[in-house]
Amino acid sequence: MPKTSSRWLGLLFQVGAVLLALLFTSIILLLVGAKPFQAYERIIYGAFSDMGHISDVLVVWVPLVLVSAGLLITYSTGLWNIGIEGQIALGAIFTVWAMRLLQDSSIPPVLIILVGFLAGMLGGALWAALAGALRVFGGVNEIFGGLGLNFVSTALTIWLIFGPWKRPGVGSMSGTVPFDTSLWLPMVGGSRLSLWSLGLGILGIVVVYFILQGTYFGLRLKAVGKNPRAAFLMGIPTSSYMMLAFILCGVFAGLAGAVQVTGVYHRLIPSISSGYGFLGMLVAMLVNYQAIGAPFVAFLFAALNIGSIQLPIDLKLDSTLSGVLQGALVLFVLLMDGVRRRVLHKK
Amino acid sequence: MKVELQQIDKHFGSVHANDHITMTIPAGTIQGILGENGAGKSTLMKILSGFIQADSGVIKLDGKKVVIHTPDQAIHHGIGMLHQDPLDFPPMRVVDNLVVGSPGGLVPNKKEAIAALKKLQERFGFQIDPDAYVETLTVGERQQLEILRLLWLGARVLILDEPTTGISASQRLKLFDTLRKLAADGMTVIFVSHKLEEVEVLCHRIAVFQRGRMVGEAKPPYVTTKLVEMMFGKAITLDERAPCATCDPVLKVEHLEVEDTRLHICDINLEVCRGEVIGLAGMEGSGQRMFLRTLAGLTRPVGGKVIVHDKTLTGKTYASFRKAGVTYVPASRLEEGLISGLSLTEHFILAREQKGFIINRDAAVKETEENIDQFFIRGKPETHVEALSGGNQQRALLALQRQDVDVLLIEHPTRGLDIESSIWIWSKLKARCQLGATIVFISSDLEELLHYSDRILVFFGGKVSEPLDAGTTTVDQLGQLIGGLGMKS
Amino acid sequence: MDNNILVGLAGVLAAAAPVVFAAIGETFTERAGIINLSVNGTILLSAMAGFATSLVTNNLILGFLVGAIIGALVALLVAFSSITLKQSQVAVGFVLTLMTRDLAYFLGNSFMGQAGPRIPPLNIPLLQDIPILGTLFFKQDIIVYTSFILIVVSQWWIFSTRQGLLLQGIGERPAAAFVRGANVNKLRYLYTMLGGALVGLAGPMFSLSVKAGWKGTISGLDGIGWIALAITIFGGWNPVRVALGAYLFALLQWLGLVLQPSLPNIPSQVLQVAPFPLMILTLLLVNIGNAEWVERWLAGMPAPLRRVVAKVLRAMRTSPPASLGVPFENE
Repeated sequence: MPKTSSRWLGLLFQVGAVLLALLFTSIILLLVGAKPFQAYERIIYGAFSDMGHISDVLVVWVPLVLVSAGLLITYSTGLWNIGIEGQIALGAIFTVWAMRLLQDSSIPPVLIILVGFLAGMLGGALWAALAGALRVFGGVNEIFGGLGLNFVSTALTIWLIFGPWKRPGVGSMSGTVPFDTSLWLPMVGGSRLSLWSLGLGILGIVVVYFILQGTYFGLRLKAVGKNPRAAFLMGIPTSSYMMLAFILCGVFAGLAGAVQVTGVYHRLIPSISSGYGFLGMLVAMLVNYQAIGAPFVAFLFAALNIGSIQLPIDLKLDSTLSGVLQGALVLFVLLMDGVRRRVLHKK
Repeated sequence: MKVELQQIDKHFGSVHANDHITMTIPAGTIQGILGENGAGKSTLMKILSGFIQADSGVIKLDGKKVVIHTPDQAIHHGIGMLHQDPLDFPPMRVVDNLVVGSPGGLVPNKKEAIAALKKLQERFGFQIDPDAYVETLTVGERQQLEILRLLWLGARVLILDEPTTGISASQRLKLFDTLRKLAADGMTVIFVSHKLEEVEVLCHRIAVFQRGRMVGEAKPPYVTTKLVEMMFGKAITLDERAPCATCDPVLKVEHLEVEDTRLHICDINLEVCRGEVIGLAGMEGSGQRMFLRTLAGLTRPVGGKVIVHDKTLTGKTYASFRKAGVTYVPASRLEEGLISGLSLTEHFILAREQKGFIINRDAAVKETEENIDQFFIRGKPETHVEALSGGNQQRALLALQRQDVDVLLIEHPTRGLDIESSIWIWSKLKARCQLGATIVFISSDLEELLHYSDRILVFFGGKVSEPLDAGTTTVDQLGQLIGGLGMKS
Repeated sequence: MDNNILVGLAGVLAAAAPVVFAAIGETFTERAGIINLSVNGTILLSAMAGFATSLVTNNLILGFLVGAIIGALVALLVAFSSITLKQSQVAVGFVLTLMTRDLAYFLGNSFMGQAGPRIPPLNIPLLQDIPILGTLFFKQDIIVYTSFILIVVSQWWIFSTRQGLLLQGIGERPAAAFVRGANVNKLRYLYTMLGGALVGLAGPMFSLSVKAGWKGTISGLDGIGWIALAITIFGGWNPVRVALGAYLFALLQWLGLVLQPSLPNIPSQVLQVAPFPLMILTLLLVNIGNAEWVERWLAGMPAPLRRVVAKVLRAMRTSPPASLGVPFENE
């Protein structure tokens, strides 16, 4: 079969997958007695109706694209870094920690924020290195090691909020005391969007694209991911490369956590990762682990997240519909890809 | 049982694996099927045993046409196949292996199975403990177990695919005795092999396969040269032995002691010179692989020393060994040698010295093209390695080895290749020896060991022989040593 | 023994019952060579659906039936995409675990916090009067008794029946099972769905008994499924050991609650995660013998010590079915 027509066929199957995902979600909506088109219209309205909403989408996009960028590195190395949620949280914790230590000093705020970011990267990297070490040196599958560490990080966050970092008086689920506004990332107009974090997101995905596409380092990561034994015999120190992949991914997760703290919440809250870690894994799967599509899919997912907030307001529906639609998209793309390969194989 | 195959035809993609094959095997016969790797022997046997289906053709048993879709149906018709690597369940007990897949109620009657096993064992003089775990048995014992299982299930046609790879000389004699007994009882035995001497000794008649066709049949007395001609289409002569060893020691092993969960080998001493080729012989699992991996730093010895270029590297990692000029070329090309999903170009980028941080694709493609020409690799720079044929993969693997590496440790350099590819591979390896490289390799092919090595170490039962001079050793002598006869204890 | 402690321990057996179901279900699936990673979401969805069904129909049995069907259907998706469509089992399972979780929260929105039916306790006459054992084992509800039966039956099935031996075979070496007449992929479908149904039963067990009701994200069920997956490994794919793992986990959670009052400075959420680091630690213990550096480190030891340490490591180690996650294709 000529290459172009198989490409068209692939596109056809992908469009089919999207339609199936919409169909599935529509059936779910009908189950709870809602009108599917009305729901979709509300989601689109909620995401794009005005600049405020669009900037909210971008606020979600930044950590999501950072996390996806990091995950592309671990996926390329054949690793399922499910511990990403905890790595975001630890990034946030370290950022808050550093900024709490410095906030009363005479150091200029810009510098404090910068140190906060560095600390966040360190926190994410350390937590990722822990999952990596368990996998590489302890033989503990990274899925279970990572999950366990996720739960531990949640407990750590809550302990900090109710314990050592609790608000004056009594601790509350609303988090720690917010930082002074001088320690917030500068925001555009009246929105919550910071151009600094937006630039960081773009830079992050570009760097990862470049690493994986054109460097020796990226190619070696891929070699380790596809066949670690052969890569080792070819002279690639596989253990170090796996650890490096974890640590790099952790750096990106930590950055996402730092953005959440400095740009969005300005404090530590219990679910600081907002589930962006797992969502980033879906993004990476949907783009078939290729960096080029990640920013666009991340934007779509961010729009769904923000748009679906409109559902409880207007239609008394739960906003988790976005998760159902995101999951259905990935699931049907995977399924249709399998069907496509079967069809091609038969021919 | 009389077996008739008529016009059996089978394609795998563009490969014509069986080209309208017709043959008749009378009951009570030991039929030899002789041919090189890839001649279509195994395909035909898999068709007969229901593992795969023919595109067209007829199978008749005792004159009656049968249709066989699965191995299970084959057994019902009385056809049992013993696969090259016995298809059993290593972590399970012998008796459980026996009852899996046997007909009967929900809860198997293990006592009955054990009793039947004992009775069969007595008949053939086997001694397998029904309660042992299969992973603790030798390959020979696992074969015996499979034969017994097939007989227990009522097989009257027994197919054996290359059964003598990896079993000891005494076990081989026992196997041959068993097969003769079975034939005398009226069973049909089909013995598939590429080893001339075995087929000649054992079989009542021989069919020779070449490139998917049956090219001839023979009855005793056999004329070896004629069989060889049928197998290869022409008489093959190997090049002259060409030793190029110097007396400049590169690799030294002193009182080396290696061990794994099953095996413990003490006091291996060896000195290998520049340009020398050392062959490691032995049944599979006799410790030669562990020894070779120790020479590469992949396994750490529990005692003794490994010295490369006067540097003691004992206990160092594979990376240090590589730095000292040692490389390891594994046998399983797609499992350990090459990386599925990466192109030839990407392999060459990985295998060569890193220049800067960013890959220069154009230069890499150019180098890959040069290697493709030089090593006759049928593929393009962008071809993924898994799309190459076995011979091309092996040539690619060889091309990837860097020139500055001067100790090549190779597992089965020509396994699964046809004879011409093998000769070509060795010509390249010998060329590297001329340039001063040293080679240590494992092989189960006695001819290969004798022809290309300067000296041979034989591994048996936790012991290693003194280095033998390959030039003065015969196939028989080597075979006996591998089988444990005449090994100094 | 103090009666409070006895009742507490009996509560541990009850709390572990759904985990026993889920982990043994996964054991069947993985024994057949398939990893179903969707357990966590499946439990949530079937818990919600089982509760909703029982609430609407006022029929407990229907609730369990719906739970089992959901579990089997999700498993069917995993089986279809991995066996027939050759997609990554881990990827599909992971997507499904997230999607079914969100489905549970979305669809369960209107049932949140409602009071619904729950399984009544069922004391067994005579046996309940045995000192200690009576309180522990025979003053439970039907779910707990069923979990005991499941442990025994699955152990017997896997290790003593012809079908069970074949099940071991298809996960260990499918080609060998194939030549013995097994329809490997059909059996893999069957066992994946059976395992999924058992996982699906765990949901209503929570929502109709152990943690009765549906409370959405604060049901406290999110995470249980991942624990069940880890327990399957910890138990070495052996139902009795898997069940022991489930009891150990429930015991730790109970201890966390019991110790809470004496540690007022620590929020309850912190003590509840205590089993997770322990899970990591046990996985580390059963896996570390496989690590390459351990082998090197061992080789450097003096001989007697080396043998002892190697033996200990081997005894701790559990190894998965050899073909776990590997698709089978008959050429």
